[in-house]
Amino acid sequence: MTHPDPTASGRLPYAFTTPGSSSFVDFLASHAPTLLPGNRPVPVGDVQAPHGTTIVALAFDGGIVMAGDRRATMGSMIASREIEKVFPADEYSAVGIAGTAGLAVELVRLFQLELEHYEKIEGSLLSLDGKANRLATMIRGNLGLAMQGLAVVPLFGGFDLDRRTGRIFSYDVTGGRYEEHDHHAVGSGSVFARGSLKKLWRPGLDAAEAVRVAVEALVDAADDDSATGGPDSTRRIWPVVATVTEAGYLRVSQDELAGVAAASEERRRVTHTDRGGAR
Amino acid sequence: MSMPFYVSPEQLMKDRADYARKGIARGRSVVVLQYDDGIAFATENASRALHKVSEIYDRIAFAAVGKYNEFENLRVAGVRYADLRGYSYDRVDVTARGLANAYAQTLGTVFTTESKPLEVELVVAEVGHVPDGDQIYRLAYDGSVTDEHGWVVMGGQADRLDSVVSAGWSPGMTLPAVLGLAVAALGTPADEGGTQREIPAAQLEVAVLDRTRPRRTFRRLSGPLLEDLLQA
Repeated sequence: MTHPDPTASGRLPYAFTTPGSSSFVDFLASHAPTLLPGNRPVPVGDVQAPHGTTIVALAFDGGIVMAGDRRATMGSMIASREIEKVFPADEYSAVGIAGTAGLAVELVRLFQLELEHYEKIEGSLLSLDGKANRLATMIRGNLGLAMQGLAVVPLFGGFDLDRRTGRIFSYDVTGGRYEEHDHHAVGSGSVFARGSLKKLWRPGLDAAEAVRVAVEALVDAADDDSATGGPDSTRRIWPVVATVTEAGYLRVSQDELAGVAAASEERRRVTHTDRGGAR
Repeated sequence: MSMPFYVSPEQLMKDRADYARKGIARGRSVVVLQYDDGIAFATENASRALHKVSEIYDRIAFAAVGKYNEFENLRVAGVRYADLRGYSYDRVDVTARGLANAYAQTLGTVFTTESKPLEVELVVAEVGHVPDGDQIYRLAYDGSVTDEHGWVVMGGQADRLDSVVSAGWSPGMTLPAVLGLAVAALGTPADEGGTQREIPAAQLEVAVLDRTRPRRTFRRLSGPLLEDLLQA
């Protein structure tokens, strides 16, 4: 004897009490599909929306560093000077996103929730590969929007609790998942950041050196890419930099970043002699 | 088709209630207590994987007694409810009151319309930023809700254990103090004149909603940490 319309009685709908799935995305797909980013009508024609830019990640002894600049652009205009593009995905992983800012932030929110939901329902953490694959599935769901120029390209990294090492994963718009070794960068300034990382990265870096290398790579990207913002000492806006180690996700403090940015600027200043301007 | 015998609604509901109560009384008790920095949950449970106390959301936890498959189903529904709400609105908009209402409707509907009531009793607790903001809701198998203050004991011998806890509890107790009280209550002999049992830490499932923690306040206590707290 069951009620003909379960929702009419006020009880939780059957989608809530159906056992089996530990995925929040799967639950949304069955119960509230309109809340999923991939299930919305694709816009026709060009959409002007803020774009987030450069994210870098590199491995060091005992973990990874992920860093993102703070600029979002809309065409040639700066849409935001203090957008944040690097987030904790869960306690042992970080995700940074380049591409359409609105969709990226929504995707990160859903991804964070997906990992937390699994953790609460199963009582254990997903493996790092499992997390990376979930993110790939979610990116794939955004393919329709990516074809309209609203791409979202994440960089994912974390501490693998089984292998006891830091690992980095990159993605393409179709959801392809590629494990990167040592270092990687995504976004408009990534070409310059990668060049910088190639020269500055070496095996056996410690956490503080790795933070320095990440900030240098962003400064180099900002130097040559107009869509990437460098450290802004006037407004005291520093990149978002986080380390993920055995101890978990830790955002590097503003004071430390101010020091790293100042040291970088000083180093660069002494290599430039006065070339003059208007005399 | 033969005509079924007439059963009065009173008798029908009484039979169902008796049935549910019997099922719940077979299980071990769960004790929920407020302390100065949060809300503590304790139960005797040898399993490390099949929990009776779980996290629902940032400041909300769930404790249950009765049939495992039934309360596990409700727990998962609660996590889905909370995560969906937090995703649609904001994390601060997920409240224990809303969840308790959803559970109450579900339990009540099953009790009156389905052939068998759920043999469970639940506590939904939310830790506030100050002790006065703590909320503890107790839900019975028939969907009735009570707003509790201080402590809750549910499960087999709830009445006997409740008298132990009510004699020992006072507002503003510390975590070691409430855990000591909870373990003493759980070890209370089933019959008058029986001997008090000592429950080792390995046989206990203990968790807290700790208001001093940022964001996710739920934490399980086990191993050396729990032993230290019980000895303190």
